Parts: sequence; structure tokens; C-alpha cells
Amino acid sequence: MNHTETETMGSAAWAGGQSPFAINKKKMGMWLFLISDTVTFSCLLIGYSYVRIASPDWPRPFEFYPAIVKATLMTAILLTSSLTMVLGVHAAHKGERGRAVKYILLTMLGGVLFDVIHISEWINLIVHEHVTPFQNPWGSPLLGGSFFGLTGLHMLHVTIGVFYLGAIAWGFGTKRFAAEDVEVSGLYWHFVDLVWMFIFPLVYLINVAPK
Amino acid sequence: MSAKDEALEQHVPGTTKLFVWVWVALLIMTGIETFLAYENLALLLMLTLLMGLSVIKTGFILSYFMHLRFERMGLFLMIVPAVVFILCMILIFLYPDSIRLLHMQPH
Repeated sequence: MNHTETETMGSAAWAGGQSPFAINKKKMGMWLFLISDTVTFSCLLIGYSYVRIASPDWPRPFEFYPAIVKATLMTAILLTSSLTMVLGVHAAHKGERGRAVKYILLTMLGGVLFDVIHISEWINLIVHEHVTPFQNPWGSPLLGGSFFGLTGLHMLHVTIGVFYLGAIAWGFGTKRFAAEDVEVSGLYWHFVDLVWMFIFPLVYLINVAPK
Repeated sequence: MSAKDEALEQHVPGTTKLFVWVWVALLIMTGIETFLAYENLALLLMLTLLMGLSVIKTGFILSYFMHLRFERMGLFLMIVPAVVFILCMILIFLYPDSIRLLHMQPH
């Protein structure tokens, strides 16, 4: 297929052919992965919601400080890291490699901060509140399993994302990777942010400790 | 990168100002969510408001940060309706059954 044919295929909304979505194969692959990951997180969140509704003794353990303050701060950090990521993608497409790498490094810093605050929240729950995946002092033992399962999988995604972005920053900075690679890694990072937009209200805000 | 990929690669639209506005809107909605959590609302109303705000936030992130608004409509139609359909199918069977279980608990 020559260049002209590719452009022709991309000109009409329903042109079909080899590139009906007019995106490159890496971006397509990432979107397909994100769809599958959406279903994974959805099943976990829906499973959690199921036991939350069906358990009359479901505890509401999250005090304003530290839990809600930390969770709100973590949300703000993730949103800010998404902003730096999208600015990094923008800079990468403009060919500003140095600026793009700086934005990606800032995004990684956001991810690390998120992990540090989240781990401190976990330590507080495990050490001071005696919550484990199988029991807690307040009520339904399912709280610990669903909380650590959901937030743990999300934290794993953030951690993998930090390493992924590190590889992309190095590769883009040394001209081994193209702007499209930065954009694809950005899709992953924004997805991690997007998932937290549901974990934050469903896990934390619905379970705020009564006054 | 092949010539084909280069031809398909699109310049990312949007400006820094637009992205900052989206970020501010997302932060404001997060603040409203935290505020709502401390209002004395019925659980169902609270859940509806929080999920409504989360869906709006998702729309902003997908549209602007993930650039779906600037992609071809076919990509949007491949991703969003399918995922929404799957979620609806799971939810249709989830909530009635979980509420049934709640009502079966001894009082």
C-alpha cells in the first residue's frame, strides 16, 4: 500500500480498509488492552458494591483525617499527573524532546507521591486499626479483602506505570522512541487516573465515618 | 516507524490552556464530591450524585486527556458503547440480587 492509498482510506469516516480508525497499531493495541482492563476493574468494583449493599453490618471506618484527607490529596495528585502527562504528549508531538521528558518525569513524581501516601494509608489501617484482608474490628470481614484487593490492584497499576513512563522518558530522550510511544504511554496513565475516579467515591466517600 | 504509521499519526489537538481548564474542572468536581460525602444525604441520592460526577469526570478524561474527542467517531463507537453495554448487563443482575440478600438478613 502506498502513501496515497493510506491517506485516501483515512479521509472518510466509514472508509474501512486496513486502518478504519486512522490510528497506528500501538495506539490500537493500547486501547484494546484498556478495554480489557476496564472490565477487570469494573468486575472488582461491582463485586465490592455487591457485598457492600448485601452486608447490613458493613463498617464505615474512614475518618476525615487521615483517610479522607489523604484520599482527596491522592486524587488531586493523580489529576495533576494526568495534566503533566498530556502536556508531555503535546510537547512530544511538537518535537520538543527535552520539555516532553521533563513533563514525563513530573508525571512519574506524581505516581511515586501517590504510592507513598497510599502505602502510609495502608500502614495506618493495618498497624493502628488492625484491618487485614480477612478481619477488622468493626463489622463485615469483607471490608478488608475488597479494600486491599481494589486499591492494591490500582496501586500495582500506578507502580507499573511509573516504570513504564521511566522507560518511555529514557527512550524518547535518547531518540529511540517516537512521539506516538509517549502518546500510548499517556493513554495508560490517564486510564489509571480514570479508574481512581471511581475507587475514590465508591471505596472512601461512601464509607466516611459517621459524626 | 513505518511510512504508513507516520501517515496515520495525527498531531495532538488541544492547547495548554484547554488542558489546564479541564484539570481545574476535575479538581473542582473532586472537591464537590468530598463536600457531598459530609452532607446528610440519603445513601441512594449520595451514590447517584457521586457516580454522576464520576461519569462526568470520566467523560472529561476520555475526551480531552485521552484525546478521544479528537479521534475518529468509529474508534469511540468501538470502545464506549461496548463497555457501557457490558457494565449495564452486569449491573442489571447485581443490584436486585444484592438488595434481595440484604432483605434476607435476620433482623
